[in-house]
Formats: sequence, C-alpha cells, structure tokens
Amino acid sequence: MNALDGGLRALRSSPFVQLQDGGRFGVRHLGVTQCGALDWIAHRWANWLLGNPLTAAVVEITLGNAEFECSRDATLALTGADLGARLDDQPLTPWRNFAVRKGQRLSFAQPRQGARAYLAAPGGFQAPLVLGSCASMLREGLGGLLGDGRAIAVGDSLGWTAATGATRQMPAEFIPEYQAAPRLQLVLGAQIGDFRGQSLFDAFNSEWLIDQRADRMGIRLNGPQLQCQRGSMISEGIPLGAVQVPPDGQPIILLNDRQTIGGYPRLGALTPQAVARLAQCLPGQTVHLVPTTQDSALLTQRQLLAQWQ
Amino acid sequence: MKAPNVRLEVAGIDSLILRLFDFIDEANMPWMLAARTRLQEVFGGALIDLVPSYTTLLLHYDLCQLDSKQARAKVAEAFDGLQPADLQGGREHQLPTWYDRSVGPELQLLARRSGLSEAEVITRHSGHAYQVFALGFAPGFAFMGLVEEILAAPRLSTPRKRIAAGSVGIAERQTAAYPVVSPGGWNLIGRTPSRLFGSDIEGYSLLQPGDRVRFVAIDRAEFIRLGGDDSPLEASQ
Repeated sequence: MNALDGGLRALRSSPFVQLQDGGRFGVRHLGVTQCGALDWIAHRWANWLLGNPLTAAVVEITLGNAEFECSRDATLALTGADLGARLDDQPLTPWRNFAVRKGQRLSFAQPRQGARAYLAAPGGFQAPLVLGSCASMLREGLGGLLGDGRAIAVGDSLGWTAATGATRQMPAEFIPEYQAAPRLQLVLGAQIGDFRGQSLFDAFNSEWLIDQRADRMGIRLNGPQLQCQRGSMISEGIPLGAVQVPPDGQPIILLNDRQTIGGYPRLGALTPQAVARLAQCLPGQTVHLVPTTQDSALLTQRQLLAQWQ
Repeated sequence: MKAPNVRLEVAGIDSLILRLFDFIDEANMPWMLAARTRLQEVFGGALIDLVPSYTTLLLHYDLCQLDSKQARAKVAEAFDGLQPADLQGGREHQLPTWYDRSVGPELQLLARRSGLSEAEVITRHSGHAYQVFALGFAPGFAFMGLVEEILAAPRLSTPRKRIAAGSVGIAERQTAAYPVVSPGGWNLIGRTPSRLFGSDIEGYSLLQPGDRVRFVAIDRAEFIRLGGDDSPLEASQ
C-alpha cells in the first residue's frame, strides 16, 4: 500500500461525484468518448492552486450531496461551484486552498451558485490510466478509481500522488461568478446555411432555457423552434460543444461524454470557454447564444490558456 | 480512380470536417484510409483526434500549434497527390454468431418483412463479407455494410434500454455487433461470443475501418463453448 493511499474516504456520494482529468484523446476513432472535467477552467485552477500539473485528476462534484472523511492531514483545493461546502461545521468557500486534519469531515450540500465543484489534492488523485486518462466513463466502463468507469461510491478511499502541494492564492480577477445569464460564444459551422433565416435570427436573439435533461453528455435548450432545411444526414464526427438541432427544433449542446459520431445538423460549436461556463448552469437558468468565428475564438482561447503560464 | 475533391467545413474552434464523399459506398474506403494515414503524417504532434465516418473525417488539431489557416494548408498538403490505400492487406474476421429468437428477437420480424424464412434470413446475413465503414456510438462499435436490400429494416421506434454485449443487429442496410451492454434501437437477430473491445485486444477494437467481416452461424452449444452468455436480452450483464 502506497504511503499516500487513503487520504479521503467517501461517506456519501452520488453517480455525479466522479474522478475526472483533462480527458481521453487520440482514441475517438475507436468510438471512445473524450470525457474529462466539464468546467475545464475551474479544473485547471484547482490544480494550479496546489502547483499540480493542470490536468491532473480531481473529483468533479455535480450538485453536491457528497461527504468525505479525511484520513490524514493535508492541504486540498476547491474551485468551481459553491455547493455549500463545509469542513466539519465551518463553511468553506471555493476558489482557495484549505488545510484538513485527520478525522475532519468535508461535505457538500446543494448548489448555491454554479453546478460543479472541483476538489484537488497534492499531485492529483491517484487512479490507473485507461487509454491515457483516468476520467470516469460509466457507459464505456473506462476510467475512475478502479478503471471500470464507476463514479465514486460510499466506502471508496481516494489517495493522491504527492506528499504536499504548493499554497498558491487565487488571483481575485480570475474568480468567476455564475449568477448572470451567460452569453455563450458559438463558432458558426458550415451547416449554418441549411437553417432558415428566421431560425438563425431566433437562435442568436432569444433567451434559451436550460432543460431538465442536462448531463455530462449534453444539455438541451428550450426556446423558439429552429428549422433546418436539411433532413437526415450521414453520421459524422462531433466536436466538443457542438450545437445540434434534432427535428423537434430544440438545440442540444454536446459535451465531454457525447457520442463520437452523429447525424443531426448543427449550428456550430461552442467555444471551450462557453462549454466551461455552460457546465455551471442549472436547469431553469437562461443562456444566450452569440455567434463568433474560428479566428476570433482562437485569439480569445489562446489568451485564456496564457493565464496559467 | 479519381481522387475525391475534399471540401473543408468549419466544425468548431479547433476542428474541421473534411468532406470527401456525398454517399455511402464501399468504394470510398481506400480513399478514406489513405487520407487518414496522410493526415496523421502531415499533422504529426499537432493532431489531437481524427474521427472517420462514412464520407467525412473530423479533424481536431491543437490550437496552440496551428491556427485555422495553417491547419487548412496542412490538409491541402496531405491531399496533394493522394493515392487510394490498398485494401487487399485489410484483415478479414469471422464472427461466430448464434442466430436464435431468444437472443435475436427481430429474427421473426425480418423474416416476415422480407417474405423469407428465418433460415433464409440467416443464410443471407451470413453469406456476405461486410466492409467496416466506421467505429462510433460506443467503443469498438463497428458500422458495417451493406446488408442486402431485402434484409434492410428501420430502427425500432422505441430503442431498448439495455442490450446484451455481443448482440448482432441490422439497421437500414447496416449491420453491427454491440461490444458492451448499451441501449440501442437496432433489429437484433443473434449474438456473438467474440470479444470486440478491450485493452487485451491489439488496437483495442477487434474491428477496424477497412476490415472485412463475415458472420458465421453457430449453434447454442458452440456459442456456450466459445464463452457466450445466453442469458435473456434485457437481463444480461
């Protein structure tokens, strides 16, 4: 047994408490999905706070309802949603490092702001790599603590890979807020010409409501009915953030656990920054779609990535 | 053979759809495979993922290394003087398959639709070496075709929530075997005991685009001997 095994023991969990990292790449041609932390920005900051590799494994906690007992003293980091976290009785706000002592309990209640919190440990959580990643994917039976795709279950013991981490402080200007309705940048795709003019106007000038059907595979939006002149399509590869429009006219934004190929027409794909922001939205909240181009989005994304350099 | 005229379409911030063909055709495959190989060579470490389908390739490149103009230039370089791949060296697989109503509930339906006997449906399905067009939907799920027109059948109007691993099915003129337990709407006609995806399999997926696959009818005893699980459809693990 590794000296760093068993740092946290799960006392309460749900299928939405999962080990995630940067995702699985170079394998989509096998039908294996990308996976990885949905809010990749909060994921990176959690690791940055401890001086970890930025895409090291973290626990992604969606909606709360989780509790861990600390098996030894350590410094951990928490970013992303405010899920009403507590260390024993003390409220714990996200976007910082915090010290835990053996025997203390770390709990998550329910969303107060945002939907997904990221918990990091020194060096990253320990898990076997499956196809280059430990990202949990139940449907495919890949990744997670044991490599079989399962989410974190009650009784699971999570270890990490370094004895201690850095104690960095979060630059205040990079702490996001998740209350205002986000404007999600969408890189226009080639099939945009297949949509009716009125539908394109509606797509970018309407309030879209996040549907109850929202998970790591995709998020449905409710709003005006979008009409596409193209009927069925031959299935083709789907990029992250693709905004596909099935025959009912209500868009589905495809996220990290999406199927690798599919045959619905698309408006385009959200930028990575927009995907991260969407990951913090809850059903019933409102979002706006804003058109952008590949080149303009690229500039923004490169600037964003420079934050951690 | 004339090289396809590749059309580039924006798919996302760091991805392009390369459209090579407009229709599903076995004759596409030598070009699709050749394009994949050349793109891998030309993009090298700047390639993150390359997802082939029937007529297109989704190219996902590293936006830290390339902008869209540079990516497009590399695509042009890859397609310059492209020659079709030689499929003679492609692998041919035999998938032992137990065709039976107990594991293939649509066997009867397909027979009724086509006016053939169930035995004739089996003979026809197993009488052809199918081309693997693409992998997708689930790890190692190979879309194969083309199934004879007379056996073609639309997907079930309500997909099943749970299909046993190894289930063999037909949708339109495509056929496939489900590598893992999953939901699905294909017409099921049998089950193979062969393992289709896993870390113990070279290349992870037994079936790869460009391979040929022949289903070989076996009986229940042989199915069990080969390690098949004959538990009922929805209850199987």
